[in-house]
Amino acid sequence: MATTTHGLKQITLPELKGKVDPDWCPGCGDFGVLAALQKAVVELQIHPRDIVTISGIGCSSNLPGYINTYGMHTLHGRALAVATGVKLANHALTVFVTGGDGDGFGIGGNHFLHTMRRNVDLVYLAMDNQIYGLTTGQVSPTSRIGMKTKSTPFGSVEGPINPISLALAAGATFVARGFSGEQKHLTELIKQAIQHKGFAFIDVFSPCVTYNHDNTYPWFKQRVKKLEDDPSYSPSNWIEAMEKSQFWGEEIPIGKFFQRTDLPSLHEAEPILAEGGPLAHRRLGIPPVVATEFIEELM
Amino acid sequence: MGMEIQSKGGLLPGHSGDILGVIPRFVRGSMRRESGMKHTFAVSIGGAAGQGVATPGNIFARIFARRGLYLNAYNAYQSIIRGGHTFLTIRIGPEPVTNMGDKIDLLIALNQDTMDRHLGLLVPGAAVIYNGDNIKPGTVPEGVRLCPLPVSELSRNSRNKVEQNTLAVAAAINMTGIGFQPLEEVLTQQFKKKGDAVVSENVEVARAAYQHATKHFHPFERPVPITDHPKAVLTGNMALAMGGAAAGVRFYCAYPMSPSTGVLHWMAAHARKAEIMVRQVEDEIGVINMAIGAAHAGCRAMCATSGGGFALMTEGLGMSAMIETPVVVIDVQRAGPSTGVPTKTEQGDLWQMLGAGHGDYPRVIATPVDVGDCFKLIPEMFNLVDKFQCPGIVLTDLLLSEGTTALDPEELNFHVEIDRGELITSADQNVANGYKRYLFTESGISPRAIPGVPGHMHTVATDEHQEDGVLISDEFTNPVKRREMMEKRQRKIAGIEAAVWPPALIGSPDADVTLIGWGSTKGVIEEAVEMLNEEGIIANQLQIRWIVPLHGERIVEILKNAKHTIIVENNYSGQFARYLRSETSFVPNGHIRKYDGEPFMPHHIVEAVKEQLAGQTNLSVPMHEIMV
Repeated sequence: MATTTHGLKQITLPELKGKVDPDWCPGCGDFGVLAALQKAVVELQIHPRDIVTISGIGCSSNLPGYINTYGMHTLHGRALAVATGVKLANHALTVFVTGGDGDGFGIGGNHFLHTMRRNVDLVYLAMDNQIYGLTTGQVSPTSRIGMKTKSTPFGSVEGPINPISLALAAGATFVARGFSGEQKHLTELIKQAIQHKGFAFIDVFSPCVTYNHDNTYPWFKQRVKKLEDDPSYSPSNWIEAMEKSQFWGEEIPIGKFFQRTDLPSLHEAEPILAEGGPLAHRRLGIPPVVATEFIEELM
Repeated sequence: MGMEIQSKGGLLPGHSGDILGVIPRFVRGSMRRESGMKHTFAVSIGGAAGQGVATPGNIFARIFARRGLYLNAYNAYQSIIRGGHTFLTIRIGPEPVTNMGDKIDLLIALNQDTMDRHLGLLVPGAAVIYNGDNIKPGTVPEGVRLCPLPVSELSRNSRNKVEQNTLAVAAAINMTGIGFQPLEEVLTQQFKKKGDAVVSENVEVARAAYQHATKHFHPFERPVPITDHPKAVLTGNMALAMGGAAAGVRFYCAYPMSPSTGVLHWMAAHARKAEIMVRQVEDEIGVINMAIGAAHAGCRAMCATSGGGFALMTEGLGMSAMIETPVVVIDVQRAGPSTGVPTKTEQGDLWQMLGAGHGDYPRVIATPVDVGDCFKLIPEMFNLVDKFQCPGIVLTDLLLSEGTTALDPEELNFHVEIDRGELITSADQNVANGYKRYLFTESGISPRAIPGVPGHMHTVATDEHQEDGVLISDEFTNPVKRREMMEKRQRKIAGIEAAVWPPALIGSPDADVTLIGWGSTKGVIEEAVEMLNEEGIIANQLQIRWIVPLHGERIVEILKNAKHTIIVENNYSGQFARYLRSETSFVPNGHIRKYDGEPFMPHHIVEAVKEQLAGQTNLSVPMHEIMV
């Protein structure tokens, strides 16, 4: 995703503050994700009016209200589909999508798959807390086997999905994992995702302090290990990335798993956007010569 | 071999004729009846799917339309790529032809099945062209002419089976009094993609068949009249798509679903010339959400589907209403419920449209009355939904969407008025008091800024919100603000009603019977009215185009003086009758309904009106005689 140079006065953090303060529970991981996103925007100096932050429904999907950009708080699971429409209608905009694991991998799973294979140029931050929070604590697509929740009082018997390997398999061109508790690292990942031309996915561990008593801050802190600290790891190797994505246990890798830059994003591949600028600003109406051509085909 | 045989009725040698017994026969009297206003001629082509029924259909349509004739083509088919029974009826005339009519003048039987199913429906004066080498006629009704073609001989034993279609077309063209040259031109155009060899092969066999017909078959008594004003041939789906292009649609997306897929096909083929972003999406949920995203960013966005796909879109429709981002959705009805009969027509989705999505919200629903109207309605709908910032539904059906019509090309006016309403696409500075996306106004319409415009940043939400977009659903709720915002959105309804013309009565104001229809039944009811008038029963017609807003008061004003009212609709439960009653308390004297998947034919309505006026029933369900 390209940065825009707006030629205006410096963007500062206070300007990115939304009209209202977040209503997340004190200590929620989502605060850290919001802060990292705002910092990334400031560091890259993208003008907020050229950004659209789009979400579905859930705790983390309230984020567009807390950041001062254009925003859309859409339907549960549908943010990626809406965002694809926004990006294709006006590819000059920078598009962020935020939402939770239920929103993105459960109800929105189909859109997640297809947005990746289309390589839509946007940043998708999945704020993954392994639980349904806003509905007061039910099992999620990333909850571990055995997890006890209100909908699995005797422990879940279903295996979780692995968002990283899923994204790799679906053809995502930028795949990373962050942790809300690693601010600097997360900010850096988001900056790279914004600069990536194509679909950039970051699965962010964002602990739910109210309903998930398994995957807590301390639990993650003990386990996360940055891929960037391993000089032998290369994020351009898909097979290595797939292998790394399987690590889950005493050591959980975070960082950039994979990136490729040789594929065009959807709007770059679409011939009608090659010239003429964003569709949203083109003059409406069919030129008479084209209209005549359309009618002549019928004669 | 190959001589025309004039039947005096009875069984011809070589066929037992026993299959005919199970096929319901046309009411002979009805078949013969045709409005004096309409001098039409109908050709039906029957065969199995994959046998190439479409190609002769296209050839006929082109030839007739180029000679200035109007036409209506209806294809009865099944959801199968090869096999089954496909039956295409092309009815032509010097005046606009709106429906398939009541009779077949010329039957082209490409297989035995077609002969067995339909020969018995033909009436004196009609003819049947068929492959005399391998199709046996069986029992032939009196006065029907048999025109067997010696296919092997004429095609010089070509192994190309599709050539029998070209032979039949050529013979038919000869019998309708059209010269060979127009056929040669159209054959060349039709087959040029396949190379010169295929073109000359087809032209050669066509010439042989044409000459054979000159020698052996009698031409029809009333040759097809000619005008010098060529017509444009198109389907309803093409008209819907072109209407979108005319309206300035910049974003079209869909998931393939019969019978709406033709819109996607036209859009995809013409995307580059019309500068339309066309996307095939993973499902209809993705479709509506992607369309709304594009609309929100500033494009006119449209999508089309059928009932099942529409069901998936309904939550998205509510979002369009809640965030006040306009989108146009086309629902092409097919026979339901569930998968239903994908290749058959019905008007069974009305209540789905009325109730689509949870909660109360303003929407616009319109139903085009013919193929030309499919074109005209789309720009009208976009101007309305852009102005009132709400979802618009275009409700049509397979009959129109897959039906083919010939129109005066002037009817396809691409230079339509485009009014985007209060849309802010650029600004030099901030709004003095801060921009409020959902500003309270008398009309309920708040100026809409698209992303990227300086000084107008805001977040839209599907949660209830206040004027500036901030939620009043999660952290705090507020009954006063909720009520104000609800009323703001609903105030738009009055504006929409004032922006749309009320329906008007067509025909004599002092009629014995008033027929009420909606959408695609306009043409067939019109013809039934003409036929009734000729029989001395004075009838008139009230055809509904705008479902929401309905203009109920105006409708009641029209109907309160009617002597006898009958609602005609293509469904089981009288969905429109129930809607009209719910909105106006109006109850008609009777109903004519059909839910067998096939459209009304004029005589169905005429006979039903007569039985109802005679007091025999107040609910008629005509039987479809053609077994397809």
